[in-house]
Amino acid sequence: MKRLVVVGNGMAACRLLEELTRLAPDLYQITVVGDEPFAGYNRVMLSPLLGGGTDEKTITTHPHQWYRDRNIRLITGSPVVAIHRRRRQVETAAGHLLDYDRLLLATGAAPRQLPVEGVSLDGVVSFRDLYDVRRLLSLSAARVVVVGGGFLGLEAADALVKQGHDVTLVHSRGHLLNQQLDESAGHRLQQDLEARGLKFVMQARTQSIEGTYPEEKGSGKSSSEKHRHGRVAAVHLADGQRLPADYVVQAVGIVPRAELAASAGLTVNQGIRVDDTLQTFDPAIYAIGECVEHRERTFGLVAPLYEQASVCASHLAELGHRRYLYADSATRLKISGIDLVSCGDFLGDKEKDASPGETQQLNLPGSYRRLQIRDNRVVGMVLYGDVSDAPFFEKLWKEKTDISALRETLLLGEAFCKRPGDRDQNSEEIAA
Amino acid sequence: MSAEANTPKAVATNAGTAICTTCPYCGVGCGIRTDGVTLKGDTQHPANAGRLCVKGSSVLETLGDQDRLLNPEVDGEVVSWDQALDEVAGRFRRIVEEHGPDAVAFYVSGQLLTEDYYVANKLMKGYIGSANIDTNSRLCMSSAVVAHKRAFGEDVVPGCYEDLELADLVILTGSNTAWAHPIVYQRIVAAKQARPDMKVVVIDPRRTATCDLADLHLAIRPGQDVPLFNGLLTWLDDNKALDQAYIDAHTEGFQATLETARSQGNDWDTLAAKMGVSKVDLTTFYHWFATCERTVTVFSQGVNQARNGSDQGNAIINAHLATGRVGKPGASPFSITGQPNAMGGREVGGLANQLAVHLDIDNPAHHAAVADFWQAPALATKNGLTAVELFEAVSSGEVKAVWIMATNPVDSLPEADKVRQALMACDTVVVSDCVASGDTLACADIRLPALGWGEKSGMVTNSERCVSRQRPFVPAPGQAKADWWIITEVAQRMGFADAFPYQHERDIFAEYSALTAVAGQFGKRLDLTGAADLSADQYAQWQPQQWPLKGDPRCFADGQFSTPSGRARFVTCENPPVRQIGDAFPIILNSGRIRDQWHTMTRTGRAGRLFAHLSEPFAALHPKDIERYRLQEGGFVRLTSRVGDALVRVTRDTGQRPGTAFMPMHWTDQFSRRARVDALVPARLDPHSGQPAFKHTPVNVSDWQPRWHGWLFTAASPPAVEYWARVPVDAFLQAGQVQRYRLAGDADLTEQQLHDWLPQAAQWLALNDPATGHYRRAALDKDGRLLAWLAIGETLPVCDVDWLADCFADDADIQHMAILAGQPADAGPDLGPVICSCFQVRQKTIEGVVEEGADSVEAIGKGCQAGTNCGSCIPELRGLLETCTS
Repeated sequence: MKRLVVVGNGMAACRLLEELTRLAPDLYQITVVGDEPFAGYNRVMLSPLLGGGTDEKTITTHPHQWYRDRNIRLITGSPVVAIHRRRRQVETAAGHLLDYDRLLLATGAAPRQLPVEGVSLDGVVSFRDLYDVRRLLSLSAARVVVVGGGFLGLEAADALVKQGHDVTLVHSRGHLLNQQLDESAGHRLQQDLEARGLKFVMQARTQSIEGTYPEEKGSGKSSSEKHRHGRVAAVHLADGQRLPADYVVQAVGIVPRAELAASAGLTVNQGIRVDDTLQTFDPAIYAIGECVEHRERTFGLVAPLYEQASVCASHLAELGHRRYLYADSATRLKISGIDLVSCGDFLGDKEKDASPGETQQLNLPGSYRRLQIRDNRVVGMVLYGDVSDAPFFEKLWKEKTDISALRETLLLGEAFCKRPGDRDQNSEEIAA
Repeated sequence: MSAEANTPKAVATNAGTAICTTCPYCGVGCGIRTDGVTLKGDTQHPANAGRLCVKGSSVLETLGDQDRLLNPEVDGEVVSWDQALDEVAGRFRRIVEEHGPDAVAFYVSGQLLTEDYYVANKLMKGYIGSANIDTNSRLCMSSAVVAHKRAFGEDVVPGCYEDLELADLVILTGSNTAWAHPIVYQRIVAAKQARPDMKVVVIDPRRTATCDLADLHLAIRPGQDVPLFNGLLTWLDDNKALDQAYIDAHTEGFQATLETARSQGNDWDTLAAKMGVSKVDLTTFYHWFATCERTVTVFSQGVNQARNGSDQGNAIINAHLATGRVGKPGASPFSITGQPNAMGGREVGGLANQLAVHLDIDNPAHHAAVADFWQAPALATKNGLTAVELFEAVSSGEVKAVWIMATNPVDSLPEADKVRQALMACDTVVVSDCVASGDTLACADIRLPALGWGEKSGMVTNSERCVSRQRPFVPAPGQAKADWWIITEVAQRMGFADAFPYQHERDIFAEYSALTAVAGQFGKRLDLTGAADLSADQYAQWQPQQWPLKGDPRCFADGQFSTPSGRARFVTCENPPVRQIGDAFPIILNSGRIRDQWHTMTRTGRAGRLFAHLSEPFAALHPKDIERYRLQEGGFVRLTSRVGDALVRVTRDTGQRPGTAFMPMHWTDQFSRRARVDALVPARLDPHSGQPAFKHTPVNVSDWQPRWHGWLFTAASPPAVEYWARVPVDAFLQAGQVQRYRLAGDADLTEQQLHDWLPQAAQWLALNDPATGHYRRAALDKDGRLLAWLAIGETLPVCDVDWLADCFADDADIQHMAILAGQPADAGPDLGPVICSCFQVRQKTIEGVVEEGADSVEAIGKGCQAGTNCGSCIPELRGLLETCTS
């Protein structure tokens, strides 16, 4: 039996194991080394968990029994510290050496650190894993500043508001979720979240994080040591504002975790570089998920990860003929119960040589829609609130359907696009 | 849509007890039988024998309390009748005391009943002491009145409808009978079917629907009636077709008239060319006239509404006198009236240049007799101001108080914008009306709620002198009162209680009938003395009958006329001066009725089906002119005249003479932004009758191409866009006050304008497609009820009108997407609840995938995407897997 070692036990790894054990249940002796001391869980559900909408058991997708049922050895709490490629061995922090015929790297990503003074003060946290959630859940009523108005920041902020904290979100751009939403939707989201008690400071760059320090007698410690023992007191913004804070949540993006691969001599750029079969520079080593870079692209959403897992599993199962090609798909988010879907060139600014095209907008209480249309084709969309027609629009977008015949009621969705024109009882005739 | 479906609830109270009444529309005066729920023509009525036109058939649909004036109002405040009546009486008395009786005026209507008319006339002429009471009949009939008086010595229509059936030749001139008097037209149609040899000639510059029946259509140039009939007189003379014996025995003035007629010569080629018709057609008409002993010439507004309208009427009558064809079976000139009671008004004397009962103000004997009968020491001694003069006097401040009853001069008088300005500036404007909104009402200081048709009770006289009852079958809405009661109350409060003791409309009719005895003393044919002692019961049971109430439906058959000499008079008619068409206003605009509308739509505008025929204001032009002036058929045309402008739709009509246009007279500011035809018409009057020339307005036409078109549904007034037209549909009329509007515009309708327009809107649903200029808006109030629905685009947006109408109901379930779509969702089969919210996958879809063999969560995901994004539905997917496979 061949030996497969999987480094990482996140969503990509779990999905791959699902596929592989179904495709080739007896091909490998599989060992999974997880960084976190948990079985497989649904990271997407960390926000509901933080918000009190679910519990750890429910979001555990792959309990220990699942691994046992498939004869998978799961090592948690002892991360891989080195890859010995020539010996085809990995070494764990505890000093174990594990042989492999095939190695899969699914090391994920780490929260990006704010490039400012004070990030290592106590009370400056991230929102990435179950540890973070447990820590945030243990806070007593506090003033929290969340830095970053992207998806994770908003989820964290909203969940913390629900926990009863006084939360201010600081965002560097003019509107929230600027990667996924246009200005109208971003403003709506802000208003809706403000109505739930969240405060915002927009177009604000974080200058530094201020700390407080316990009195220490006769100490001569270096500043870095000082920070370790200091505690966050406030966030300073570039415009001079000072936001008092008991905690600061950094949510300014993620960075692929590729150090292990780099130190093993694999080609690493922003992430671990892989080809269309998800193979790294070393033919025995594959990589998937947030740690990889594929055709100069890195990943942060779950849909492409699952696709990578599926393609990679087919190769590991030696049924390899599939290639992974990034397919632009719609981003689907839910923030504080508000559904959001966006896709494509929704501002019309992504094609350098093309015209921006035309914008259709729908404004309803609790709902907003925008379609970007170029040459009678949907090139992008933003849906806010009522996303029931997202599959319909996404299909039009992906299939580049000519929408000219549907245009008048297109934004209102599929239910109003079936029989265009046949309900006209407003005769244009002024004379019968 | 049946009449029943549209019957307002209030009407149904008398269900089961049918009454006979008279149609409120045109001067044909058809009998109607109704119990308030169903309605049909009265088979016993001599005018229609059971027939009804579309307007008459739909009259029940126009009833109901909606948009009715329900309470008296003074300066915008609802007041009691006592206060309102005191106020009217007080203001009129004060102005008379300070400025004399000629500083006040009444402007009344052919919609009033005879009793109303009589009391108004008696109050103004007999007791206030001014003859400043004129009527909207001035606008349609006064030239015919002059023609009758000049020829016969009295305003008498000699013939009757039966003559149309007895005639061998029926000439319809200046009359689109098919549309304006449909039952008269149907009687001619039936007669011609029965006797195909009967000939019909239509004389009209337009080829109208009436021409369908014509053996010959003489499309003469506008204003050529006098040369045509002068030519006829010459032809009759040339062809020895005169009835010289009749001329000698019963007429006077023939030679002078013939000489004038002959002065244009008898070169038929030249004359035909001048009139714009072929010589064959012209001489065929003359030949037929000469040879058909039984000839009826029907004339109407096309003859009357001209600067020489009186002469045009007399030119027709001259031809009949010259052939002895007056008041004989199947042979008469026949003026037919426009309004249900224009004739009743003329009889009682409700015109500024009449006294009462066909007697004259400036005749001392007449004056003395009427003053004696009325015991009226202040009886007016000089003619009053006719309609156009009256409003000019309002404008100049000479008349300081005017009381307008049942008519809409802001729309119906020439230079209508000036009339509005005059009323806005006038000290006291009192308006009695049955509707709550109207262009004239908008100018009123005091508004008095009058009864409408179906509520009021009294007499009307139709075009053949037939006096019929209008009977009530619906209770009065709100505080509305009969016009005669309102006038009587005011008269009493002005100090004339002794002369105005009326308790019932019968009292008035009896007094009026008795007064006709005075007319008889002066040799007049008007005679209702048979009704002077009418009991209440007899009044209630009154059957339609023609005056002089002597059994003979015709007058003057004996060759005896009402002139002092007893002879009919030929009236010399000069050809009108030739007017050059200027480059500035190269098109001659005609105006008139359309088939399904009535006057200013206060009634017909309440029935959606009456808009199915012609739904928007329009100008009809010949295709050559549409091309020449670069207009678009179905597009928009701006018409400008020396005095005003209008913006309406373009219709193509090969029946128009090139160089002419036609606009309907019905549209008001209540129904369109700028489509009042009379705003275009200059005030040019017939010198004898004071009737304005509505049929001959020089205008310019230019294309207007709006950037956007739209529909608006709302109970509010439309916003100030360049073009709007209210196009009623039954679905909306039943939904209450909500109306449908067709919009078009150039300028963008901004968010700010919309918010200012409808400040009560709490929410605006919005769909924007700026690239195509397509916008939709739905305004909701704070309770989520629909206030307005608007959709505009480069072309007209699509919607489901009936469905939208239901959405305006208070309890409507407002689905935002569907509301903006203007149609219900076509949702397809019910697929159960959404399980995967990321991909919006519903339960039945997932169950279908499982049934097709998916045996794991991943397989479900492959089959339908469910659970492949956030994965939060995976527990539910597992549950579905278990239930489906167990």
